[in-house]
Amino acid sequence: MRTRSAPYLFLTPALVLFAAFLAAPIVYAGYLSLRRVKVSGLGLGAGARSEVWAGLSNYSRSLTDPEFVPSVLRVGAYGLIVVPGMLGLALVMALLLDAGRTRVGTFTRTAIFLPYAVPAVIASLLWGFLYLPRVSPIVDVLSGVGITAPDALSSSWVLYAVANIAIWGGTGFNMIVLYTALRAIPTELFEAARIDGASDVQIALRIKIPVIGPSLIMTFLFSLIATLQVFAEPMTLRPLSNTISTTWTPLMKVYRDAFVRNDVYSAAATSVVIAAATFVISYGFLKLVGSRAFSQEN
Amino acid sequence: MKKTFAGVLTAALILTTACSGGDDPETADPGQKVALTYWSWAPNMDKVVAGWNASHPNIQVTVNKQDGGDPAVAKLLTAIKAGSGAPDVMQAEYQKIPTLVAADAVADIAQEAGDLKAKFSESAWNSVTLGSEAVYGVPQDSGPMMFFYRSDIFDKAGVAVPKTWDEYAEAARKIHKANPKQYLGTFSSNDPGWFAGLSQQAGASWWGVQGESWTVAVNDANTRKVADFWGGLVQEGVISNKPMYTPEWNAALNDGTQVGWLGAVWGPGVLEGNAASTKGKWKTALLPDWDAAAPANGNWGGSATSVTSQSKHKAQAAEFVKWLNTDPAALKALAGTANVYPAATDATSVALTQPPAFFSNQPDFYTIAAEAGKITKPFTYGPNVNVAYSAYNDAFGKAAETRQAAAFGTALDTIQQATVGDLKNAGFTVAG
Repeated sequence: MRTRSAPYLFLTPALVLFAAFLAAPIVYAGYLSLRRVKVSGLGLGAGARSEVWAGLSNYSRSLTDPEFVPSVLRVGAYGLIVVPGMLGLALVMALLLDAGRTRVGTFTRTAIFLPYAVPAVIASLLWGFLYLPRVSPIVDVLSGVGITAPDALSSSWVLYAVANIAIWGGTGFNMIVLYTALRAIPTELFEAARIDGASDVQIALRIKIPVIGPSLIMTFLFSLIATLQVFAEPMTLRPLSNTISTTWTPLMKVYRDAFVRNDVYSAAATSVVIAAATFVISYGFLKLVGSRAFSQEN
Repeated sequence: MKKTFAGVLTAALILTTACSGGDDPETADPGQKVALTYWSWAPNMDKVVAGWNASHPNIQVTVNKQDGGDPAVAKLLTAIKAGSGAPDVMQAEYQKIPTLVAADAVADIAQEAGDLKAKFSESAWNSVTLGSEAVYGVPQDSGPMMFFYRSDIFDKAGVAVPKTWDEYAEAARKIHKANPKQYLGTFSSNDPGWFAGLSQQAGASWWGVQGESWTVAVNDANTRKVADFWGGLVQEGVISNKPMYTPEWNAALNDGTQVGWLGAVWGPGVLEGNAASTKGKWKTALLPDWDAAAPANGNWGGSATSVTSQSKHKAQAAEFVKWLNTDPAALKALAGTANVYPAATDATSVALTQPPAFFSNQPDFYTIAAEAGKITKPFTYGPNVNVAYSAYNDAFGKAAETRQAAAFGTALDTIQQATVGDLKNAGFTVAG
């Protein structure tokens, strides 16, 4: 008995924490999403509101909200810019650093990584100042040489402006992950290729990138999830412009419903929808690439 | 990864609204020592409260500084839902009071506070009673709107201070024509309270009570007149379409490219903070009027002090709230230390004898402010101001970006629909 209960004993702290801080809140969110407040008459005074079961009405309202689909599409377009842009840059930088062409490797690595350490809200404030034409030194410099910079927060540019902050902030992290994977490749592989007359570019394309495939897949997955949850950047930039609405991304809609409209019930419903979509997309992606992602383990 | 964390945090925040039962208020014992907490975002409020604490050893009040009106209400409503965590006393903006009453977050202190009606203007008193017999707070400060302008630039451009909105439009054209970088003002999609104040001046009241049902009139003729006016000026290009309270707007106030501002009595603090170097160049006047023969005004900002429904010491809290907003010493401290414009009507004579430092060139500042307060039209806020205001952000953000006058009218219809839809969905009875 003693030996059989030991594993469970060791698991208990983790299970308790998991239950208290992950499972219970999720269950509670699910519960809230099926509830609503029912007001009667003028709604003033103590007895005027009561919580009742709402069935799936919060879900149907959330999914049929005219702002919901555009916000999902917007995040899709945002992801198409951010994920390839960020991972492409991270991969190129990791390969360059790994190729040993630069003498200032440590410094460069730190410099590229540093933006990741800047909280997204602060990064957005910094970029906000750089975007606003009247206070931006970039716009000043460009107009000094006769170029009129476009208004970065205007409706045609704002998506790129937000994506740029995410790329700036996230490239360093992904670069470090890929670089670490590159360092783990046995050097015999390159030496053999070099003796066979392969160029650096060929080595990168034919050996390095295929070998770090699992790391690429992992960074892709993280970036995908981060994209679906984009919140801090547009939220911080919103008061600076006319172009970012309070429901610009699905998570912003959750925030608005919960804390501006004081309607936690429909916010919970939207959260459940977002969580389910995130799960389906990430799980689907892992299934799709599963055999390749974990090929090394087999 | 950081975004993942933000997402988790948001979800966690939503979920921390767990429920537990509230305790019954203890029976009050006059000799008992009580400690009260007070949420406020007014600067130096702790110093004002220190005056009370010194003379009331049995009722000690601790000020808990808040970030501002919106976050404080969000926190309060969360605490009310949770059943604990709310302060005893709370600063509440006038437009939030119906929401707080509807959520049963503030207590009726009609009995404890006694008869204070005569000490306040009718519009301020109406904001805390919602037209009923109950008293949901004591008015603390009010925000009659005022027009601020750069007198040096007006003189140079040969522009007279506009008395009517037609003259305002003329002045806007003249100033922008004289210097294409300069604007007389901006239409801000970020400031629903500002637009509500302008609509109030035009005679609008976005909500109303008709028997046992609410009425909503965001897109009535009065508001439409205001929206069309601003839409026209934005389309013409003589008024800026950028939001207020951005680094860009601050810079524009500072470098003299925004030469006017339709603000409120608390405006000097904002101008001083954003454009300190322009001190002495600004002057103030009453808002331009729609009808010069019938001067009117609107309100932007202002708040009351309420006792929350979770307070266990309602009587003591009400006593403090009454002192804070009506006692001459407290009014003096409010005006002088916390820089608020007290709502009590006798404050002008006891506390506001000097103009604010930033307007030392205008000795009659508070005479104008008092006049602006006197002609303020009545306006009723409803139980979902938050919904209407966030719809304003989105709808007028879009409209301002298109720079089309027609879009401004459409924006009003969008807000009206969102507001009525939300009320009906929650189960409120809505007339019409």
